[in-house]
Amino acid sequence: MMELNTQRMEDFKGRYRYFVAFVGVAFLLLMIYFWYLQVIKGSEFLRLSENNRIRIRENPADRGMLLDRKGHILAHNRPSYEVYLIPEDLKSNPEVLVKVGELLNMTQEEIHNKLQSQKKRAPFRPVKIKSDIDWSEVALLESNRVHLPGLLVDVRPRRSYNYGSLASHLIGYLGEVDEKELRQSKEGPYRMGTMIGKFGIEYQWETDLRGVDGGRQIEVDAIGREIKPLRSVEPFPGNSLILTIDLDVQKVAEEAFQDKSGSLIAMDPRNGRILAMVSKPSFDPDLFAGNIPPDEWKSLVEDPRHPLQNKGIQGQYPPGSVFKIITAIAGLESGIITTNTQVSCTGVYPYGNRDFRCWKEGGHGTLSLHRAIVESCDIYFYQMGLKVGVDLIAHYANEFGLGRPTGIYLPHEKSGMVPSTSWKKKRSGVPWYSGETLSFAVGQGYLNTTPLQLATFISAIANGGKLYLPQVVERVENIYGHRLKEYPPVERGGVEISEKTLRTIREALMGAVNEPHGTGWACALKEAKVAGKTGTAQVVELPADFKKGDMYRMPLKFRDHAWFVAYAPFEDPVIALVVLVEHGGFGATAAAPIAKKVIEKYLRMESISSSRMAEKSGDSKKE
Amino acid sequence: MIDRRLFTHFDWALLGMVLVLASIGILNLYSATSGGEAFGTPLYLKQIFWLLIGLVMMIIIAFIEYRFYADFAYIIYVVAIFFLLAVLGYGIITSGAQRWVKIGAISFQPSEFVKLSFILAMANFFQRPSSREGYSLKHLPFPFLLLLVPMIMILKQPDLGTAVILLLIFFSILIFVKVRWSSLLTMVLAGGALIPLLWNFLKEYQKRRIITFFNPSLDPLGAGYHLIQSKIAVGSGGIMGKGFMKGTQSKLGFLPEQQTDFIFSALGEEWGLIGALIVVGLYFALILWGLRIAVQAKDRFGAILALGVVSMLFWHIFINIGMVIGMMPVVGIPLPLLSYGGSFFISTFIGIGLLLNVSMRRYLF
Repeated sequence: MMELNTQRMEDFKGRYRYFVAFVGVAFLLLMIYFWYLQVIKGSEFLRLSENNRIRIRENPADRGMLLDRKGHILAHNRPSYEVYLIPEDLKSNPEVLVKVGELLNMTQEEIHNKLQSQKKRAPFRPVKIKSDIDWSEVALLESNRVHLPGLLVDVRPRRSYNYGSLASHLIGYLGEVDEKELRQSKEGPYRMGTMIGKFGIEYQWETDLRGVDGGRQIEVDAIGREIKPLRSVEPFPGNSLILTIDLDVQKVAEEAFQDKSGSLIAMDPRNGRILAMVSKPSFDPDLFAGNIPPDEWKSLVEDPRHPLQNKGIQGQYPPGSVFKIITAIAGLESGIITTNTQVSCTGVYPYGNRDFRCWKEGGHGTLSLHRAIVESCDIYFYQMGLKVGVDLIAHYANEFGLGRPTGIYLPHEKSGMVPSTSWKKKRSGVPWYSGETLSFAVGQGYLNTTPLQLATFISAIANGGKLYLPQVVERVENIYGHRLKEYPPVERGGVEISEKTLRTIREALMGAVNEPHGTGWACALKEAKVAGKTGTAQVVELPADFKKGDMYRMPLKFRDHAWFVAYAPFEDPVIALVVLVEHGGFGATAAAPIAKKVIEKYLRMESISSSRMAEKSGDSKKE
Repeated sequence: MIDRRLFTHFDWALLGMVLVLASIGILNLYSATSGGEAFGTPLYLKQIFWLLIGLVMMIIIAFIEYRFYADFAYIIYVVAIFFLLAVLGYGIITSGAQRWVKIGAISFQPSEFVKLSFILAMANFFQRPSSREGYSLKHLPFPFLLLLVPMIMILKQPDLGTAVILLLIFFSILIFVKVRWSSLLTMVLAGGALIPLLWNFLKEYQKRRIITFFNPSLDPLGAGYHLIQSKIAVGSGGIMGKGFMKGTQSKLGFLPEQQTDFIFSALGEEWGLIGALIVVGLYFALILWGLRIAVQAKDRFGAILALGVVSMLFWHIFINIGMVIGMMPVVGIPLPLLSYGGSFFISTFIGIGLLLNVSMRRYLF
C-alpha cells in the first residue's frame, strides 16, 4: 500500500474558500429562481396548469409530389378537413360524444373505437375520428363549436393521386404508421397517426418525400379553444420525385390490358429507365390515403388475382419460349451449334418414356436456328438443350441476370429461379434428369423469372449485352426546383456475346415479328421494325392429347400465362418491353397486341419530339 | 483492518442527510408515478430495492480503507473504459442512444461508473504534490488523457449530459489541487478557440441538436414543450404547493423522463416553494459537508477523492434543478437521490460510501 501522502495539503485549504463561495452563490441563484417562478409567476403558471392550457397542434408537412418524366403531376396533396377529439377534454362533458355522433352520422360505438385505437398517446393529443369531411359537415361542426368542448376540426394535407389507379403498384400507397415502424424511428419524425409510405415509391423514397413536420405551441381556454399562439415551427415540404415513367405510355399500356391481369414493363434499353410499369389488376391508392375500411382491405388481400402485388417484380413465372433465346445464345457462343444446325420437327419428340411435343401439331418440318426462333419450334430446342446441357444454359441465364434480383429500388423484389444440376442435387438430393433439360431449354420446369428480369434481359439483347439497373426515379428536387439527387444509369454487369451471335439472335427476333409464320406477327408495325419473342408459361402440365384450341375451354386459373418480349426499332432500339398476361393463353394472341399498342404510341411520340427538335435546331441555324 | 474507532468517527450527519433526501425521493416518486397505468412493480418499490442495494454497497465501500482504492485506481479505470467500449459495441440501443450494457439479467449504464473511476484515477494522479506554485500545463497531459478517452466515447453514445459532467469534475479537481491560474486560463482560451473549428466539422442536424440543447425554445414541439410543461408544473406549485398526491401537471406524462431527469418538477408542484427550498437547502448542506470532508481529509488522495465525489454531486444537482426550472440547458442528467434509476442511484451511494470512508478516517492512520 502506498505511503500516506500529506504534502502541500495547505493548497487545498486555500481553494476550499473559493469552492464554498461558488457553491453558495449557485444555490442562492437556484433559490432566487424558485422564488421568481413560484411566487412572482406562480399565479400565471397556476392558471396555465388548469386543464393543461399549453398544447401542441401539429402541422404536418406537405409530402413531395410525384411527377412523370415530362412533368405531369401523378401524386400531390390536397387539403382535407379532419375531425379530432381530445379525450381529456371530454371527461367533464360526455354529452359531446352524443352530439358529435349526431352531427357526423357516426354511432357511439364507432367513436369509442376510434378513441381507443391509440393506446400510447401523449396527454391532450387529439385523436382523429373522421377524415376528409365535406364542407357542410365542417360548417355544422364549426357553428356548434361552443357546445362541443374537446372537438377540433383541422385542415391537413391529404395524398391525392391524379390518375386514380394508374401505375398504382409503382407509386405505392401510404398508411398510418404502425407500432413496429414507430419503434424503429424512436425519437424520429413519426408519431401515432402520421402517414408513412408503405409500398412502392412512396415507401422506398419515404425519407425524401416526407418533409419536416411543423406545429404550434398554443394556449387554449378552459374548453380547449385556442386563444393565442405561443411559438410555432413552419413545416417544410418534402422533396418531389421526377419519375422515369411516361404518363402517355403508361396510360396506353394500362388501357391495352383491359380487364386482363398481368404485368407490363417498358424500359429504355439505352439506360435502364422504366418508361411504364403496369401490374393488373390494380388498386386505388386513394383508398389508403385515408383509413381504408377493413372490409375493403380484406377483399383486396383475399382477391385471388392479387391486386396488391406488383407482378412486375413480385410475380415469378416460367418464361416459356422467351427462354429459347438464351438456349440459342448458349449454343452459339459455346460453338455447340451453328446457324446452320438443322433439326427435323415432326411435332413429337420421344425421349425416355415420354413424348415431348411441339406446340405445332404435325410439326415444322426441317428447320435451322433462324426459323426455329421465328416459329418458336419446341423440338428444335429440346434437342439443342440436350446438346448444350443444363449448366451451360444456366450459366448464360445467370449472366443475363436471371435468378437474382435486378436491384431495382422498390420493395419486395423477388429473385426468380435458375436451376442447375448442383442446385437440384442440393435441394432434393436427387440428380438432374436429362428429361428435365428438355423442359428447361424451352423455359419450363423449375425455371422462374419476374417480368422485370425479362425486361432487363431483352434490353440487353437490344443494347448489345449491357445489364442496366432498372430505375424508376430520374431525380429528386426540393420545392425550389434544386436538384438534390440524380440517378444516372448504372451498369450492373454485362454479357460477353460475339457480334455474330448477337446479329443472328436479333435477326431471328425481327423475323419472329415480321416474317411469314412468325409467332410475333401481332406486334408488327408499319412505321418501324419490331423485334420480339412470344412465350407461353405452363401453369399445369397438359395431357398428351391436348389440342391448341382446348386452352380456351379450360378453367381460367389453369390456362397458360402469355409472354411477349420485344424491342424497337430494330436498327436503333429506344424501347424494350415485356408483357405478361396471366392465364392469357398464347403469347402471340394475348400479349403481343398489348405490346404493339405501347410500342406504337411510344415511337410516335418519340418521332414527333425528335422531328420537333430537328425543326428547332433548323430554325436556330437560319437565324 | 476494521478499527473500533471507525464507529466512533462514523459520519452520522452525512448518512442522515442522505437518508432524508432518499426518503423524500421515494415519497415523491410514489406521488409522481401514481397517475399513470401500472406496469409491473411500481417504481417507488423498485427504488426502495435500489436503496437497500445502494446502502449495502455504501457500507462495503466505506469500510474498506480508501488507500486500497488508490492502488487499484488505474485498473478500475481501465475496467470502466472496457465496459464503455462494450456499450459502443454491443450495447442495447435505447432511445436511439447506446448507454446500457447487459450482464446476465442486470443491465447498467457504465457511463455512471466511469465518473467514479475517473475521480479515483484523478485522485491517484494528483496525490503526488506539485511545486509551491502549483501544477502547470506540463503536468497535465496524463490527466487530459484520463478525461478525453471516456469523454469521447460517451459523446459517441451520444450522451452529452454525462460528457459535460465529466468535464466539470475535471476542472473542479484541477482547481482544487491548485493548477496555476495562468494554466487554467490557457486551457479555457485554447478550448474556446477550438470550438468554432470543431463546429465546422459537425453536420447540420448535429448543430441543430446542440443549438436546441442550449436554447430549447427553438424546438417548441419537443424540448421547448417539455421545458414549458416543467416550468408550469413548478411555477403552479406556488408557495405552499398543491399538496402531496395533488399535482396535476407532473402526473400527465408530458415529460419524457418525468421519473428521472424531470422528477424535481413534481416536487416543486406538490410542495411549492417551501418544499423546494427545504430540498435545495438539504442539498446545499450535503455539498458543504462534503467539501468539509475533503478539506479535513488526512491525506491528498482522500481529499481529492472526496472533492471529486462532491463536485460530481454538486454539478448533477445544480444542472438538473437548473434545467427543470428553465435556468439551464436541457441536459439529460438525473438528480442524485431523487431521480429514479438503478445505475446512477447506486453510483451515488458508492460515492457517498467514499465520502464516509474519507470522513471517518480523518483522524486515523
